[in-house]
Amino acid sequence: MNTVTPELDRRFRDAAAAAGLLDVAYDVVDSPLGPLLVAVSERGLCKIAFDPDGQLEPLARSYGRRVLRSARPVDPVRRQLDEYFEGTRHEFELPLDLTVGEFYAQVLGELARVPYGETTTYGALAARTGHPKGARAIGTVMHNNPVPIVLPCHRVIGSNGSLTGYGGGLPAKRFLLELERGGTLF
Amino acid sequence: MMDVVTVPPFESFYAEHREAVFGLLARRLGRGRAEDAFQETFLRALRAYPRLEHGRHLRAWVLTIAERIAIDEYRRPNNTSAHEHMELGLEAPPEPQAAYAALADLTDRLPPTERAAVVLRYGYDLPYDQIGRALGSSEEAARQAASSGVRRLRREGAR
Repeated sequence: MNTVTPELDRRFRDAAAAAGLLDVAYDVVDSPLGPLLVAVSERGLCKIAFDPDGQLEPLARSYGRRVLRSARPVDPVRRQLDEYFEGTRHEFELPLDLTVGEFYAQVLGELARVPYGETTTYGALAARTGHPKGARAIGTVMHNNPVPIVLPCHRVIGSNGSLTGYGGGLPAKRFLLELERGGTLF
Repeated sequence: MMDVVTVPPFESFYAEHREAVFGLLARRLGRGRAEDAFQETFLRALRAYPRLEHGRHLRAWVLTIAERIAIDEYRRPNNTSAHEHMELGLEAPPEPQAAYAALADLTDRLPPTERAAVVLRYGYDLPYDQIGRALGSSEEAARQAASSGVRRLRREGAR
């Protein structure tokens, strides 16, 4: 049969990335939270999504239309995520390539400094970014965090200690906080 | 009024057309050489992809690239395609066709669908129902595209 074999398919996807012809390479990475879509450019990590569907069009609009699934460029992120979920990695060492405005960049920059195993509140993060009344705005930024897990929006909770919300669902947020406390899972 | 069809993310484009491209190349070159030509076709498409102005006729566009690469393969001195075919007990592919290469050059300036229809019909001898399928349209649409392509070539040739 004259059909494209998986080997040929993979060979093309590898070659496309190796030739530097992609705006974005992405893959779907297995995790304890389910499949994650992970997208990278040559400059760094662009996107982590709990729902792999419907991500290609927005990626193409932000980074360029040459968006192709290709495993190899995603490998460094995959490796660090695996280590994180095994509990052996507490900090990610990944360059980021985000297309966000100034306010988002500032808030996400502060978020990146919340240490492993600790939590902060929306209000505290608002105060640290110079917007003491902006807890709600901070919530919106957390909700639209382009790279959850790596930028730890799961470490931001309500001032009354409630988990409040999470893009990957509250069970995922609880899981990540438990993982970082070194607690036994389930 | 013309619809603006946006160019899809490359993944969607590749997933939609890869089998048609491979089928065409395998018929022309045999399975073995089709694999390299397949990769070259989509790498070439990737290079040109940022310059596409709209998302219409993408199948015709990529088949045209594939066809040009098949021609280049034929022109290469170490053409073993016919030999491979015999070894596999398959029907021999058509002779390396100077006329068909010339046809590809001649049709360079046709709109993509017409060009693909003309080349697939007169270069590859494909029947119109297959051309229709390759272009993602009907047998009748393929026939019309080929005939308007030929008319356009005649007009241009008369100039």
